Amino acid sequence: MWADVGIAAVKSIAVLLMVLNMSVVLLWVERKGSALIQDRIGANRANIFGGILPFNLGIVNTLIADPIKMFTKEDVIPAGADKLLHFFGPFLAVFPVLVTFAAVPFGDVLVIGGRTIELQVAALDVGILYVLAMSSLAVYGIVLGGWASNSRWALLGAIRGSAQMISYEIAMGLSLIGVIMTFGTLDLQAIARAQGAHLWGIIPAWGILYQPLGFVIFMIAGVAESKRVPFDLPEGESELTSGYFTEYSGSKQAAFMLSDFAEIVVVSGLATTLFFGAWQVPFLARDGWHLPGGVTLGMPQLVVAVLQIASFTLKVFALCCLQILVRWTLPRYRYDQLMDLGWKRLLPLALANVVVTGIVIVLVG
Amino acid sequence: MLDQYIGVVLTFAFAAIIVGIMVSASMIIGRLLGENRRSPVKDQVFECGNPPTGPARSRFSVRFYLVAILFIVFDVEVVFMYPWAMIFRSLGVPGLIEMSVFIGVLALGLAYVWKRGALAWD
Repeated sequence: MWADVGIAAVKSIAVLLMVLNMSVVLLWVERKGSALIQDRIGANRANIFGGILPFNLGIVNTLIADPIKMFTKEDVIPAGADKLLHFFGPFLAVFPVLVTFAAVPFGDVLVIGGRTIELQVAALDVGILYVLAMSSLAVYGIVLGGWASNSRWALLGAIRGSAQMISYEIAMGLSLIGVIMTFGTLDLQAIARAQGAHLWGIIPAWGILYQPLGFVIFMIAGVAESKRVPFDLPEGESELTSGYFTEYSGSKQAAFMLSDFAEIVVVSGLATTLFFGAWQVPFLARDGWHLPGGVTLGMPQLVVAVLQIASFTLKVFALCCLQILVRWTLPRYRYDQLMDLGWKRLLPLALANVVVTGIVIVLVG
Repeated sequence: MLDQYIGVVLTFAFAAIIVGIMVSASMIIGRLLGENRRSPVKDQVFECGNPPTGPARSRFSVRFYLVAILFIVFDVEVVFMYPWAMIFRSLGVPGLIEMSVFIGVLALGLAYVWKRGALAWD
């Protein structure tokens, strides 16, 4: 039993560190990628002690200097602000996003020394429900962040942000109903395994083949949940200073920024698991390659596990890059357009998706 | 069944520690590295240079409350759909018809709310 707890602890730390690492990598991709899109160079001026090294490490210096700056700035709490809530705002903004990854499977199994380890931190039967519950908690961070600032504009940004988040949560929940109907289970690892089948022997049976509209609705709702452009009016970078996190400095602001990037990773992780076959590599099973035409190549289980984890990471990274591309391409939505999209377009579309999926399943079987 | 949640509990604990350290880092480092001098200007909230316009606990539009109420109703609808979606394949056509009626009633509700303007310019 203690071995189980130890293994779970190792997996959990590994997943948390992976999410945090991805966030840093995404920060790099965002700054350099946005520079590429906007035809400029990006951050490359920071240097170590004014030039100890004869070459400039470019953005690497910036990625080291930025966190150091964030953690050593003075933590200013405005007068009249509630000190405890001022701490819990950023905490509750980051915490649910990080723990959502406990239910996401990042690999099949790892067989070490006769022991089969599921590559999923918590093999929950109700994985999808857990994930949705945790993303709902993120709204608390926003509201507390705005309320604890004792600033009228921060509060307004926070309320708009929370209204936006809860509007898109319904669309997100509904888009997942189609997925649940298709696979018949809430368990994320079972859904990942079910996508290992191949239609007609060649095409991998990934979720996006069954639920293309569900994927589109889920991605739009996911981007809106994380308040990224084009939905970042609560943050309003060029309009409201920083919206609900204006009054946060130092590491609390870093926590809000981290919640932004971590949520990108989480939304991409979920979309990968449900729609792109999670860790499945086409034609790769637990014991080796099963290519069409009956050719099988055996491979050691460890190599298979590594390949599957790599495939998961690559797919998540690709979806994150997609979100970053969307951010730097589209202009921002006006607030009433945003709510229109959530209530008047995505919600009826998602309801129609459920009904049509039901009809198709009853007809085709 | 409960031992599935060991991973969840451990993730909660580790994430709480990591995030707790991260959020309080600058408070602690600030206290250690230098003195915290409060001045009246520092205590003011940021309004792009204007003097503060008043307390934050002022009134805000009732449309946000409407959005929250509508969210509750539709979220409960979604929650009702989850168990149905899981056993949908064994329910067959009668199950589909029942749920379509349920969705239809709620879609009528959405149409009514739409028509009455509760979803307008928020």
